[in-house]
Amino acid sequence: MLLPKARGTLSEQLFTALREEPGTAVALSATSVDVADDAEDRAIALWASYELHYRGFEDVDDRWEWSPDVLRVRAGLEEALEAEVRERYAAHQPERTDDLAKDLFDYVADHDGPSMARYVQTEATEAQVLELLRQKSVYHLKEADPSAWVVPRLPTGPKAALMELQFDEYGDGNPARLHQHLFERGLEAAGLRSEYGAYVDEATLPVLESNNVQSFFGLHRRLRAASLGHLAAFEATSSIPSRRMAQGLERLGFPDEIADYYREHVEADAVHEQLAVRDICVPLVELEPALADDVFLGAFACLDTEDRQARDLLDRWGVEA
Amino acid sequence: MTARPVDPPTPATPATPSTPAQPVVEERPTIVMCPEGPMLLRGDAVIEDADGNRHRTTRPVSAVCRCNKSATKPWCDGTHKLLPKKLRP
Repeated sequence: MLLPKARGTLSEQLFTALREEPGTAVALSATSVDVADDAEDRAIALWASYELHYRGFEDVDDRWEWSPDVLRVRAGLEEALEAEVRERYAAHQPERTDDLAKDLFDYVADHDGPSMARYVQTEATEAQVLELLRQKSVYHLKEADPSAWVVPRLPTGPKAALMELQFDEYGDGNPARLHQHLFERGLEAAGLRSEYGAYVDEATLPVLESNNVQSFFGLHRRLRAASLGHLAAFEATSSIPSRRMAQGLERLGFPDEIADYYREHVEADAVHEQLAVRDICVPLVELEPALADDVFLGAFACLDTEDRQARDLLDRWGVEA
Repeated sequence: MTARPVDPPTPATPATPSTPAQPVVEERPTIVMCPEGPMLLRGDAVIEDADGNRHRTTRPVSAVCRCNKSATKPWCDGTHKLLPKKLRP
């Protein structure tokens, strides 16, 4: 993958520096979140600074990953992101009892948002679904990777349980069943590009923000519970929508490979949601009770960013939701 | 095939073992009844459904439908969440 297109002053300055040899550039000394033009400029800059930790860029020297200059710029962007997420979460505090599993499932179930899957199931056009797949590819091609960062940061029980879930995400040892790979095959069959990051330049702001919040939670040990709360909410809102997506793809005559990706998630995520809530989040909070609120913060961030991605696309298409 | 390298010498065991940092974790169950949800089943198994059809598990942990409304029986597809609470398992 090459660096994406800059979307403003901050990302332009950052990407210009990243194309240079690390250590020689003084260009970033004046660069900070303060020079950002807008939210998209901040989001693509943060996205690229996280990608240095995943697969990197062909036109960027790998040594930039731990450059203090990049980390300083990133920290400013993360501070802004965290403040925004916490502010939105403040208006959606959970109702807590002594049953965390029930509270978490209820919190997710009671959340009201637009249903992209329902629209795809019954009404979406082929062109709209292709656009949706391109947008979704930014995450699905690294599906499960952001929560993999959390593994070494957990105590015994939640660690083993997270690995049990992740193992299934990564194909149970069979590369042909790796979820990221199922999506690659689906994209190819649908006539789309399947390389990692292929559609980043057309990613909407909510898509970038959703990606960023997952990397942010995953890469900060203090936010490990938020990463797992995000995972739990993601899994708990997947089975039924995945079935609707598969039905919509069948209705429009999309190839089996892409419908299969969603069919796989109907059954897989019916398992994963139980594991994420009952074997990962609940035991973690039993061991570290102070982390309870972060679980809900993460769950909220998942529901909220998914909503905003859906609403943004539905608005573009002129669909009431 | 290369020879197995010789193990480095084992450091002497401390006289007093350090206190475990975490409580001892119990063996996980093979079968779990999830409140208002499916039955989790760990390991390879063949399930015979009510019509006598057999289904082999395809993943390390499977979720078996308990609400009887799944469209992918015997596996859970999340449909229990669409049922009123009193009709859930």
